[in-house]
Amino acid sequence: MTDSKQVLGPDDVRRAVTRMAHEIIERNHGLDRVALIGLQRGGVWLAVALAAEIARIDHDIPVGSIDASLYRDDIGLRPVSPGSVSDVSFEIDGAIVVLVDDVLYTGRTVKAALDAITDYGRPSAVQLAVLVDRGHRELPIRPDYVGKNLPTSTAEQVVATVEGVTIS
Amino acid sequence: MKHFRSVDEAGPDAIRRLLDLADHMAEVNRRPNPKVPALRGKTVCNVFFEDSTRTRLSFETAAKRLSADIMNFAVSSSSVNKGESLRDTIETIAAMGVDAFVIRHKSSGVPWQVSDWTRASVINAGDGWHAHPTQALLDCYTIRTALNRTNSFDGLKIAIVGDIKHSRVARSDISAFTMLGADVTLVAPRTLLPPETTVPVETNLDDIIEDLDVIYLLRMQQERMTESLVPSLREYTTRFGLTPERARRLPEHALIMHPGPMNRGVEMAVDPSELPGSVITQQVTNGIAVRMAVLFDLLGSGSNLEENE
Repeated sequence: MTDSKQVLGPDDVRRAVTRMAHEIIERNHGLDRVALIGLQRGGVWLAVALAAEIARIDHDIPVGSIDASLYRDDIGLRPVSPGSVSDVSFEIDGAIVVLVDDVLYTGRTVKAALDAITDYGRPSAVQLAVLVDRGHRELPIRPDYVGKNLPTSTAEQVVATVEGVTIS
Repeated sequence: MKHFRSVDEAGPDAIRRLLDLADHMAEVNRRPNPKVPALRGKTVCNVFFEDSTRTRLSFETAAKRLSADIMNFAVSSSSVNKGESLRDTIETIAAMGVDAFVIRHKSSGVPWQVSDWTRASVINAGDGWHAHPTQALLDCYTIRTALNRTNSFDGLKIAIVGDIKHSRVARSDISAFTMLGADVTLVAPRTLLPPETTVPVETNLDDIIEDLDVIYLLRMQQERMTESLVPSLREYTTRFGLTPERARRLPEHALIMHPGPMNRGVEMAVDPSELPGSVITQQVTNGIAVRMAVLFDLLGSGSNLEENE
């Protein structure tokens, strides 16, 4: 941990979550048919935190999680180890799904998650919320809600938890 | 892992990993569209030298739900009947570009032999009296989900009843159940026990039935009677079959399992659909999930990347 640097502290994370929750409510004119889906593994805590914040400001919305490892385009090229089992216990058809992840990087995980979601149904729209956008996209994917834009080099590692965001 | 040929060869870490992975596959199977693209472009070949429609169908379904291509090599209509050797058969199919062979053969050890002749992964779908590891895996998965025992089978009392000697299912189950911590007891007439066992043996089912968490009934094959290993099927049922009286004496939470196909009136002298503890249908359903887990682990997880390099 010698050369790791904290970019956001716990309070910054909390404020970013509050702001993103407000943005999600505002953008969707209330929350009719909005549901959050956290990406295994890193996005799940953020989806739960956003849902709690949205419930505090407005009202409860469904929250689930999805493991996209069976949809990845690098299967067989690198070790894949699925996280927890996907949990989508609400109707996807016609829902506005907000995908939630901790760090947005190449966009390949999001692409896999988009493929996974369509196997559960046909959402009326899918939006993307991330705590950190670190750049280096390899696919035409952009986030709708961003906690923090963080320019990085590909050699660096970014870790985003409820305790803060560190770069090393 | 490159091959899945026996429970002992895979070891406890791999067995646990496969059971965890099976949870993911079971979730896929519960969806309205139970199919994922994980193994697109991979080819799996079923090579069954012994008839087994259910196991073959289970592997076929598993491969299809992972989007792998599956070929079925029908031994009965093939050149095997024209005298082609096992090695030539395997090498010919391998030359067509196969990523995994699913092999069933009447001789023990064939899956190991086959893996010397091909670079493809080999899955043992039953070799002689030796092993049937995917059956053991689905049995473990069924117990784990039905009794909510995710991490270990510590203290679980499991009786395997019937023709242990000729059963590859029994051999693989004994390994897997004990590996996960269960106390396994074998119940059989002396003539149907192997010469040596690693677990306790009991000849009177009624002495232990009230303490069981799982009763696992093996298929009683008619041939065993002609071989004079049991005096009559009726006598077998009286001593070792699951009769209505015995079913009543089982603890309420106890599971009743059978690898199929069942001999009604012999080892199963009650209608299992009337027994709340019967998980025989779940075993079949779970077979698909665990076989998906095995296929994904061998062909898609990248867990064999280091071994290859």
